[in-house]
Amino acid sequence: MLTRTQPPPYHPISGLDLIKPQEITFSNGLKVFIFDSGEQDLVRIEWIVDHLFGREDQALLNSSICELLPEGTLTLSSAQIAELVDFHGAFLIPGVGYDQSSLTLFSLNKHLEELLPVVKDMLTNAVFSEKELATYIRNNKQKLQVSLQKNSFVARRLFNKSVFGTARYGYVPEVSDYDELTRNNLLVLFSQQYRPSNCTLVVSGKITGNVINSLDRLFGNDWVDQNGALPIEQIPNVLPTAGKLAVDVRKDAMQSAIRMGCLSVQRPHPDFPGLQVLNTVLGGYFGSRLMTNIREDKGYTYSISSGMASLKHSAFFTLGSEVGVDVTAATLGEIEREINRLRDEPVSNEELAVVRSYIMGSLLGSLENVFSHADKFKNVYFSGLGLEYYDRYTSVINTITPDEICHLANTYLDFDKMVKVVVGKI
Amino acid sequence: MVKFSRFTLDNGLRILVHEDHATPMAVVNLLYDVGSRDEHPDKTGFAHLFEHLMFGGSVNIPSYDGPSQAVGAQNNAFTSNDITNYYITLPAANLETAFWLESDRMLGLAFSEKSLDVQRNVVCEEFKQRYLNQPYGDVWLRLRPLAYQVHPYRWATIGKELSHIEQAKMDDVRAFFTKHYAPENAILVVAGDVEVDAVKELAEKWFAPIASRGKYVRKLPAEPEQREAHREVIYADVPLNSLYIAFHGPARLENAYYAMDLISDLLSRGTSSRLYRTLVKEKELFSEINAYHTGSIDGNLFVVAGKPLSNITLEAAEEAIWDELRQLKYEQVTDYELNKVKNRIESTMIFAEMAILEKAMNLAYFELLGDADGLNREVDRYFAVSAEDIQRQANQLFRKENSSTLIYIADKHAY
Repeated sequence: MLTRTQPPPYHPISGLDLIKPQEITFSNGLKVFIFDSGEQDLVRIEWIVDHLFGREDQALLNSSICELLPEGTLTLSSAQIAELVDFHGAFLIPGVGYDQSSLTLFSLNKHLEELLPVVKDMLTNAVFSEKELATYIRNNKQKLQVSLQKNSFVARRLFNKSVFGTARYGYVPEVSDYDELTRNNLLVLFSQQYRPSNCTLVVSGKITGNVINSLDRLFGNDWVDQNGALPIEQIPNVLPTAGKLAVDVRKDAMQSAIRMGCLSVQRPHPDFPGLQVLNTVLGGYFGSRLMTNIREDKGYTYSISSGMASLKHSAFFTLGSEVGVDVTAATLGEIEREINRLRDEPVSNEELAVVRSYIMGSLLGSLENVFSHADKFKNVYFSGLGLEYYDRYTSVINTITPDEICHLANTYLDFDKMVKVVVGKI
Repeated sequence: MVKFSRFTLDNGLRILVHEDHATPMAVVNLLYDVGSRDEHPDKTGFAHLFEHLMFGGSVNIPSYDGPSQAVGAQNNAFTSNDITNYYITLPAANLETAFWLESDRMLGLAFSEKSLDVQRNVVCEEFKQRYLNQPYGDVWLRLRPLAYQVHPYRWATIGKELSHIEQAKMDDVRAFFTKHYAPENAILVVAGDVEVDAVKELAEKWFAPIASRGKYVRKLPAEPEQREAHREVIYADVPLNSLYIAFHGPARLENAYYAMDLISDLLSRGTSSRLYRTLVKEKELFSEINAYHTGSIDGNLFVVAGKPLSNITLEAAEEAIWDELRQLKYEQVTDYELNKVKNRIESTMIFAEMAILEKAMNLAYFELLGDADGLNREVDRYFAVSAEDIQRQANQLFRKENSSTLIYIADKHAY
């Protein structure tokens, strides 16, 4: 007789099998990490440059440079680059974060010989013509105007500004800031940032000797590091946040976007793995306390979640949702209650067991293919850590106690000291 | 190439297995052959609301999510106009838990009035978040009824209006389950680090005892051929003017579908595509412009959508789009350009083989269309499209009398 009321036996996840990269440094100093695995004849190659901040408010320059790379070089026009990439069925994607910019090429192996010289040309000979810059500015100003009517977008901006002030992570572009972009500023920063000594290459997929040789020829031998030594890094001055509520009233809003949070600790800090567990309990998965209470019990929202971001020079905890305007105040009250409950009462062993299994399962699931192994590596590498971080992380997940979680909540989560932003109505 | 085994249980449930031992994970994807096209016109948004309720507890298991999370699984679902698709990804060692959970909610639902109450609210908030509280968020709520007159594609999956969801009753929900959530109305795909024989055993154990309930046979009203252009102009609190032109296109199983799909790529896939190159970069008329189709099983909508720059009149913008569409009607596309979009199809299909969930969803969908192996023949279908096919399809699509045009005029003084 089939028993449907009892779950089948549970098999715990024993460990993670992380792929260690092959590490090479090309003759010009370019660091290369290679993840070779997989059935399909395809590759993903990422050129990642560090942002060198001469000024704290230069984030718009960083993103403009990266996004304008495909818009023309000394030898290839924007249209020619687009044709070459599209004809070979490839994807070339600029990506911009707080601390790094990247150019990512997805391609079938058979087309790499045609595509790698194009990327090389972009990284060394991008021209940022006045015409392309004008188009870029015009179109991005329009897109920003649309985004500025989305409450959740505005809430994120207000939150970043409130937490980081004038430090680099608090900068958000205004529409008028685009008009201050100049070709000369782009060229100067481009020549400083896009150079082998400031770049990391992460290569994943089916990586044959031929692929490595081509990369070495184009991006090792033929890519000369100019401009002398890298400038000494400026450390941003980030001050602790004081609790405050900022409300941006939108009188016709049906929903309010809520965003709140505070500064936190970075990945290398000993408390970071435990904080990940705490965050998961609070708002890091579908069964989290915020989802269970505010969505599944009260029906105030479609979604509510929290997360942690570890940056090069700072870190923050954040929580966000979009809720009906009539329940905005009630939602803030429930969030406060859930945070305080984590500070006042240890989580039960049953809940902790679920969270452990969930984190381990999603960690295993996030290693689905060779690209995701490379992603796991980047997470730790750019925090100055090695893959052994994941041993420490999984050990904390499996051994942390309810009291320790309670202690972390008392140390790091204080509702009163958090920055709270509401865009909509309260 | 996605290899698979296929078998059918006595109750009519179709099961496909794809082994991929490169991952330690398994995915169980359960597609139900029901979407918002199966709803009553006065009770729209129901298939999607129902999807939410499927997580509210089944006959022997009070909550779906708790036991799922407890074995390290991640699960979700989506509803479209055509299908409702549930999926759960978990460490392969715990595969049986997915069978236990999925089979119990096919056996019978047992959610409470409270669960119905809460999910009605949650879905209403989703409605507001995605469709009402966003600039241009309501475009599909307006474009669908403008283009379709009788086919149920005339409403969006979220529903026509909030009140349909607010008024959903327990009895409606029960009837919907009985009608659509039967084993013969579903396709189960298991993929990842699994063995065919073990999956067969699990399927027999958990799904075979579920009684068949009869296959639902849909009889949807056919959309008559459109004979005159439709047009709607809205003055809205949006930052920029915006323009949408929709055309009726072929259904998924028609040969012409592939030509239509390639036309959308020619027009707007990648930065070398025609609309972007000509209208954004060369003529400097739009800040963004796209062409896409709904990818539906019945007759599709092919949409061109753009935001003109602030110094460009809507008339000039609209005419410029038509100029580009007329080019495809009057001039044959070159071999080079046609090969370009076909190459992109090929690489996209290969990249899609990197993820077991994507493979499982694709197998289920192609099985619904008639044969899962169609997935492996798909690239050939695209490569068989000729320049003449493209031109013929462009002439079929891009006729004024086949068009529905929706225009947003920005009301800058709304605040």
